[in-house]
Amino acid sequence: MRKKIRKYYEKFVEGILFTSSTITSLAVIFIIIFLFSEGIGLFTSSPVEKGSALYVNSNNPVKKLRSEQIKKIFNGEIMTWKEVGGTNDSIFLFSMDDISKYYTEADLGSEFENLPQKLNEMVVKHPNILMFFSEKYIPVNFKGTRLPIRNVTLTGFFGGKEWYPTTQPAAQFGILPLILGTIWVSLGAILIAFPLGIATAIYLAEVASPRLRFFLKPLIELLAGIPSVIFGFFGLIIVVPLIQKIFAIPVGETALAGSIILGIMALPTIITISEDAIKAVPRSMQEASMALGANQWQTIVRVVIPYAKSGITAATILGIGRAIGETMAVLMVTGNAAIMPHTMLQPVRTIPATIAAELGEASYGGLHFKALFALGIVLFLITLIVNTSVEFIRDKSK
Amino acid sequence: MKKNTKQAIAFNLFRLISIIIIGILFLILYFIIIRGIKVVNWEFLTTMPKDGMKGGGILPAIVGTMCLIAGSMIFAFPVGVLSGIYLNEYLKESKLKKFMRLMTNNLAGVPSIVFGLFGMALFVNKLGFGDSIIAGSLTLGLMVLPVIIRTTEEALKSVDDSLRFGSFALGASKIQTIRRILVPTAFPNILTGMILSISRVSGETAPILFTVAAYFLPKLPTSIFDQVMALPYNLYVLVTSGTDIEATRPMAYGTAFVLVVMVLILNLTASFMRNYFTNKNK
Repeated sequence: MRKKIRKYYEKFVEGILFTSSTITSLAVIFIIIFLFSEGIGLFTSSPVEKGSALYVNSNNPVKKLRSEQIKKIFNGEIMTWKEVGGTNDSIFLFSMDDISKYYTEADLGSEFENLPQKLNEMVVKHPNILMFFSEKYIPVNFKGTRLPIRNVTLTGFFGGKEWYPTTQPAAQFGILPLILGTIWVSLGAILIAFPLGIATAIYLAEVASPRLRFFLKPLIELLAGIPSVIFGFFGLIIVVPLIQKIFAIPVGETALAGSIILGIMALPTIITISEDAIKAVPRSMQEASMALGANQWQTIVRVVIPYAKSGITAATILGIGRAIGETMAVLMVTGNAAIMPHTMLQPVRTIPATIAAELGEASYGGLHFKALFALGIVLFLITLIVNTSVEFIRDKSK
Repeated sequence: MKKNTKQAIAFNLFRLISIIIIGILFLILYFIIIRGIKVVNWEFLTTMPKDGMKGGGILPAIVGTMCLIAGSMIFAFPVGVLSGIYLNEYLKESKLKKFMRLMTNNLAGVPSIVFGLFGMALFVNKLGFGDSIIAGSLTLGLMVLPVIIRTTEEALKSVDDSLRFGSFALGASKIQTIRRILVPTAFPNILTGMILSISRVSGETAPILFTVAAYFLPKLPTSIFDQVMALPYNLYVLVTSGTDIEATRPMAYGTAFVLVVMVLILNLTASFMRNYFTNKNK
C-alpha cells in the first residue's frame, strides 16, 4: 500500500515538473498567436479610420484611389483629378470640419438633422468634389459614390516608404524606413563591435595571463548587466553631444549615435561566445602548429581562428540579433525620425523604437495598434531567423 | 625577427582594445556615480516625488521595482527551477528535449519589446489585469524564465554523477535524490541564476512600458492590481519626455545612480558566488 502511494507521489511530482517545463514552449506559441491575432488584422482593414469614408460625385470617372494618393490629395501634393486618372478639373476637397464655411448653424438645424440633405446638395453642386465624412451622416438616396479604398497590402507594408500611422483620412503604413533604420543602426553597431569583440576574445582566451583573465572576465559580464536605459542615458549625455560637435551637425541624435551605443551593448555577447569558441580549439592542434615552427600569433591566425570560425560566426549573428531587438537605448539616442536614411549622420527610427514610442498612444484595437503588432511580428520573425541560424551553425560545427 | 614583431604588434593592439572596452565600462559607471552621488541621500531614497518630479525622492519607484522583482520571481523561480530539473534529470536526449531546448532558446532571444507587446495583449487586455503589478511581473517573469532554466540545468549538470549513483545505491528514489542530494548541492549555482535574473528584471524597461509602469505616481501600491513607478522607466521618462528636462536632471542622475548601484551589487554578488562555489566544488 505504502509503495503504491510512493509510486503515485513520484508520478505526481514528475507531472508537475513536466508541466513547468512546457511553459517556455507554450509561451513562445502564445507569443506567436497573440502577435498574429492582433497584427494580422492590419491587412484586412482599410487605411481609412473606421466609420468614415470618402465620396465623390457619381459622374466622376475616378472610382478608386490608393491610400498614397489620398494622402497626397489631402496634403496638397495632388491638385487635379487628372493626376489620379480623372478629368482635368481641380479637386475640391471637403471634409466634415469645413461644413460651417458653407452652411450656417440654422441651415443645419440644432441637432444637425439637416446635415445629410446639405451633404447631398454639396455633392450635386460640385462635380469635382472629394468628400470625407462619417458614414452615419450618409443621406438617403445619396447622389455621391463611395470610393472603395484598397486595404493595406503586404507589398505596401514592406515596400512603402512612408510611415504616418495616424494621418487622416488615409494612414500610411510603409515600414521600409523603419526596416532600413534598423539595418543601418545594427550594421553600424556590428562594424564597431565585431573587430573590437574578436580582438578582446582572442586576447582573453590566448594571450592574457590567468590572473588578468580572472580580473577582466567579470568586468565584461558587468558590462552585459548594465540596463539599456543606462546605456541610453549615457549615450544621450555623452555620445550625442560629442557627435554633434565633431561633425558640426544641428542634432547629435543620429544613426551613428545608435550604432556606437548598440556596438558597446553587443560587445559582451560577442566576446563571451567567441571566447568560448576559441577555448574549445583542441590544445593538440595548437601544439602541432607550434611544433612546426609557427609562433603564437601565426597559430592564432592560421589554426585557432579557422577552427573557431563557426563559433565566432554564431557570436556575431547573436550580436546582430541583440542589436536588432534592442529598444530603449536606441529609442533614446537615434532621434526617431521615420524617414528613409541616407547617411549615418541623420536621425533614424528602428522597429523596436517605433513600437515603444507609439504603442502608448495607439487606441486599443485600432489600425495603428494593429500596425504596431504587425511590426512586432516582423521583429519576432527576424529574431527567430537569427536564433535558428545560430542553432544551425552550432549543430553543423559539432 | 619579422614574425615576432608582427605578434608583438598584434598582441599589444589587442591588449589596448581590451583595456579600452573595460575603460568604457568604467567611464559609464564613473559618469553615473559621480553625478548621481551628489543627489542621493537618505531623504531622496525615502520620500515621495514632488512638483512633477522636480523635487522630493524616488521612494515609489524603488518600491515599484521591488514589487516587480518579487512578483516576477514568485512566478519564474519555481517554474524555472522545476523545468530545469525536468530537462536535466528526467528527459533523455530525444526529439522532445531538442524541441524544448529550441523553444527555451527562442524565448531567450525574443526582444524585450515583443514581451511588452505580448504582455499587453495577454495579461493587460485579454485577462483583464489592466496596467498592474501582476501583469508586469508575469511579463518580466516570462522574460527571465530561460535564464533560470539554463542556470539550473548547468548547475545540475555540474553535480558529479557519483553523488547520484551513491544515493540510488542507498535505496533512495529519484525524487529523494533530487530533493536531498542534487538540489542542495547545486543550490548556490541556481541562486546565481536567480540573482542575475533579478538584476535583469530591475533594469528592463521595454516589457513594463505598457504593462505596469506609471510616471509620477506619488503613492505606494496597495494591491497587485495597482500601477507602480519603476526605476528604469522613471529614468527613461525623466531623460526623454519630461516637460522640464533641465529641472529634472538631478532626479535623473539620482535614479540612474540607484539603478546602477543596485545592478552592480547584484551582478558582483552573482559573479563572486559563481567563482567561490566553483572553486569550492573542485
